[in-house]
Amino acid sequence: MEKRVTFKGWLLPLCLVLPQLLVSAVFFFYPAIQAVWQSLFIPDPFGLTSQFVGLENFQYLLSDKYYLASFFTTATFSILVTLVSMVPALFLAVMADRLLKGAATYRTLLIWPYAVAPAIAGVLWLFMFNTRVGIVSWYLGKLGYDWNHVLNGPEAMGLVVVASSWGRISYNFLFFFAALQAVPKSVIEAAAIDGARFWKRFFTIVLPLLSPTTFFLLVVNVVYSFFETFGVIHTITSGGPQQTTTILVYKVYSDGFVGQDLGSSAAQSVILLFLVGLLTILQFKYFEKRVHY
Amino acid sequence: MKRTFKQWGVTGVAAAVLGAFATPVFAATEIQFWHAFTGRLGELVAEQVEAFNQSQSDYSVTASHKGNYSETLNAGIAAFRAKEQPHILMVFEVGTATMMAAQGAVKPVYEVMEGAGAEFDQDAYIGSVKGYYTSTEGEMLSLPFNSSTPVLWINKDHLKDAGVDPEGDFSTWQNVGAALDKLKEAGSECPLTTAWQSWIHLENMSAYHNVAFASKDNGFAGLDTELTFNGPVQVQHIQAMGDWAQEGKFIYNGRRNEGGANFRAGECAFFTESSAGYAGIKNEAQFEFAVAPLPYWDGVDGAPQNTIIGGASLWVMEGHESDEYKGAAAFLNFLSSTDIQAKWHQNTGYLPITAEAGDKTKADGFYDENPGTDIAVMQMTANEPTANSKGLRLGSFDQIRGIIDEELEAVWSGDKTAQVALDSAVDRGNGLLRRFEKANDR
Repeated sequence: MEKRVTFKGWLLPLCLVLPQLLVSAVFFFYPAIQAVWQSLFIPDPFGLTSQFVGLENFQYLLSDKYYLASFFTTATFSILVTLVSMVPALFLAVMADRLLKGAATYRTLLIWPYAVAPAIAGVLWLFMFNTRVGIVSWYLGKLGYDWNHVLNGPEAMGLVVVASSWGRISYNFLFFFAALQAVPKSVIEAAAIDGARFWKRFFTIVLPLLSPTTFFLLVVNVVYSFFETFGVIHTITSGGPQQTTTILVYKVYSDGFVGQDLGSSAAQSVILLFLVGLLTILQFKYFEKRVHY
Repeated sequence: MKRTFKQWGVTGVAAAVLGAFATPVFAATEIQFWHAFTGRLGELVAEQVEAFNQSQSDYSVTASHKGNYSETLNAGIAAFRAKEQPHILMVFEVGTATMMAAQGAVKPVYEVMEGAGAEFDQDAYIGSVKGYYTSTEGEMLSLPFNSSTPVLWINKDHLKDAGVDPEGDFSTWQNVGAALDKLKEAGSECPLTTAWQSWIHLENMSAYHNVAFASKDNGFAGLDTELTFNGPVQVQHIQAMGDWAQEGKFIYNGRRNEGGANFRAGECAFFTESSAGYAGIKNEAQFEFAVAPLPYWDGVDGAPQNTIIGGASLWVMEGHESDEYKGAAAFLNFLSSTDIQAKWHQNTGYLPITAEAGDKTKADGFYDENPGTDIAVMQMTANEPTANSKGLRLGSFDQIRGIIDEELEAVWSGDKTAQVALDSAVDRGNGLLRRFEKANDR
């Protein structure tokens, strides 16, 4: 039976949640309401005049096929970043978990990339793949492959995905590694005695037992790829070539802070807010059912 | 010897007291100046500011670097909204329409000068530079600071190696095209590259061939302007560039001046870049280089007209005290004084913004010692500017350039023909112009 702690009266519980409510109100609800309000106007950059236009900002956005294309770009980017940052992390965690000696060293080394800020990671990868002086593109050239992410869309997308995922692998590794420690050894040993090989044991026992962690990381990584990859894209491609790496958040920035089109920028934030809300609801509604705690 | 904490404390107090006496009793009025220059240009600006501060004791200018051009403009706008704007803000030419529309946020330079009782002769400035920053009534709204125009940079050694006469005539794209063929045949990996593709190959290309970039005199005559750069002259040029890109004769390196690194390293034969590329090229190039006027298409009526400027001007922001404006006026006058301007022009390759500074540079013998450095000036002033070549005044222009960059990339990669790409750029850009018109409708 579930245990419930109950309070008598409502004053004490209110006081206990009040700090959290205040923080949410100041840093989340207030800006969100502001964004919704601003999305109904076309203001000039200096805030001197403002025209009420109703839903025209949304209408303008949704009739722009480049904006609609950016949804597809964002989806591609998010799926790739989530896969590229989670699958190798899981593999590394499983391998590190099997080590008898030196696990701590490996663990420490694997966590390092997480300490590198996204913008700096972006510059590092840009250096390696620079079309002129990059060491990787130079070797690719030796092999007869002409690397040019400045003009080639898929190459640019690949580069920003790798640069965004690289540091993230460390973060995911940490969670997977901790979760693996919690898998009861007795279950695995029992399976081993029954004759199940390593990969059989991994897929039938370990992976299902990791599902709460995997689900958590899935949500966190999708949110990461939506909102925190801005620095990488800004430093590597600035959204180009053409618009192949312009994800929704980058467009909010470039329209708002480069183009000074604050009305459109606010409308895009509102759309993004709903999109992420919807995505999170979907994830909890459909994926969580398949998670075993 | 070890000092105790107490002793250190006494020394500190003594130093503080001495320090207080060392500063003048009447503090100079502080003038904030935000700019976008780093590297060599940043040093030169710092020198100018230092010279001004040394020259008088009433005002003290504090210069702050606020990032690249776009970032500096944004910093200024954000500061204005927070009521902490600087006195003087550097804004690149692309932001001109945004600033002009911001009545109430900026104080026109002619007003600042009038209010300060400073001497100010608008006619001292070169016509094509002045024209860019004056209102339709002919009043100067911002002070031209660094202005440049695109030219053709040539790596003579590279041409010699490919068997092309480096002293040849490269004034037309037909001639350049023939040279590109030879360079490619000789195995050159980078016959031609460019910086600032939209500025050079569309905006200046249009002015130079006397065709309109946008209606309403390129936006000078009203906010209801529409883009028109998808005409036959521009399409033909962009298509030629696109074909060269497909054939490996034109190498695209990026939206800003990334191509400069390749040229300065000696990899490229031709490079279309601002005349202000001079400082960097002179500094780094390990080869013999030359500068030539920007090529034009022979056979187009009215070409070559004149090219237009790029660069930045200084805007004075509203909301300060009147004696601070006097300081700002004094500083702006100092910046456009002949000696300062002549030195700036000679060091950077930017145009001399006053005719006098140009004359002084000539008298100094600078053009004789550095052949080609006067080409930019001649190219800009060769003909009386027409409605198509006076400049551009378009809202949301930074974003429109972004759209043009995207569409041109589609041409260079062969995804679109020039006509399709430019039609699309015009269509998308017009949407932004209509929004800008609405935002500034009052």
